Amino acid sequence: MIYNHLSLPQILNNPSRVMEMQEPGEGKCPEKPDKMKVKNLAEVLDARIVCGDHLADHAIEVAFASDLMSDVLTLKNDNVLLITGLANVQTIRTAEMSDISCIIFARNKKASPEMIGLARENDMVLLECRYSVFKTCGLLYQAGVQPIF
Amino acid sequence: MVCYTRPVSNLFSDKKVMSEKVGVEYNVDGGNFTRAGYASSEIKKILKKLNVDMGIIKRTVVATYEGEVNIVAHAYSGTIYADIDTERVRIVLRDEGPGIPDIEQAMEEGFSTASSQVREMGFGAGMGLPNMKKNADVMNISSEVGKGTTVEIILYFKQIASS
Repeated sequence: MIYNHLSLPQILNNPSRVMEMQEPGEGKCPEKPDKMKVKNLAEVLDARIVCGDHLADHAIEVAFASDLMSDVLTLKNDNVLLITGLANVQTIRTAEMSDISCIIFARNKKASPEMIGLARENDMVLLECRYSVFKTCGLLYQAGVQPIF
Repeated sequence: MVCYTRPVSNLFSDKKVMSEKVGVEYNVDGGNFTRAGYASSEIKKILKKLNVDMGIIKRTVVATYEGEVNIVAHAYSGTIYADIDTERVRIVLRDEGPGIPDIEQAMEEGFSTASSQVREMGFGAGMGLPNMKKNADVMNISSEVGKGTTVEIILYFKQIASS
């Protein structure tokens, strides 16, 4: 069963509610929610897709948040969502080299025309979100996006 | 010259369709962060056209990009040369710059001499050379203080037959 309709504070303040929501025989392992798609990310974060609309149905499995591109370049995973507050051309280049096709710019950072052009060349989807990196990560985690580690 | 070789197990894929040798060279401008990554991007396109395994492409371009950013961050100018044959991809990153006084120290994770401008771009955490070493099967570095640095990386497409 899925209890995503409970907010994170509700779960933290009253964990028994989560158990109450479970039906008999379900055990302690709730079903994993469906994989989030890019369009769902945009809804959850009230974010704007600035390029790559055609990838709106692209499914997201795991996410990583960093402003340090050196850390992003150490990731081995594929199909990673990058959440960052660093908005420059090297963010897009780093994603290109790391096979990352979806980036969320948090803290109201904006993608420049040059960044958007490079992202289009590499078939990426870019989203702009006014929330902090912390809030962005919290909302996505609550919605079922998994961390890499 | 300092040479690093990583173990050859669990590295390779047999997915490879190539019949001839390819050699390309790109110039890299020191300090030009707008263009940093162009050479690595072009090399990635070539490797994709050659149907090289995606995992090997990623390792190659991540290592090349780390080296390219190093040239932009630390050197006055440089070149990136790639040659690809049926066995492996070899990248040589050569720069004219201040050189590295202590290569062993430069290979330590976290050691960095990067400027604040480089750090603002999301780099300069002292992870570039170590990450190149992690991604390459072979890595050789030679450097002369006041002249420049040359880094060679090699990635093999197929596991070398165990003897």
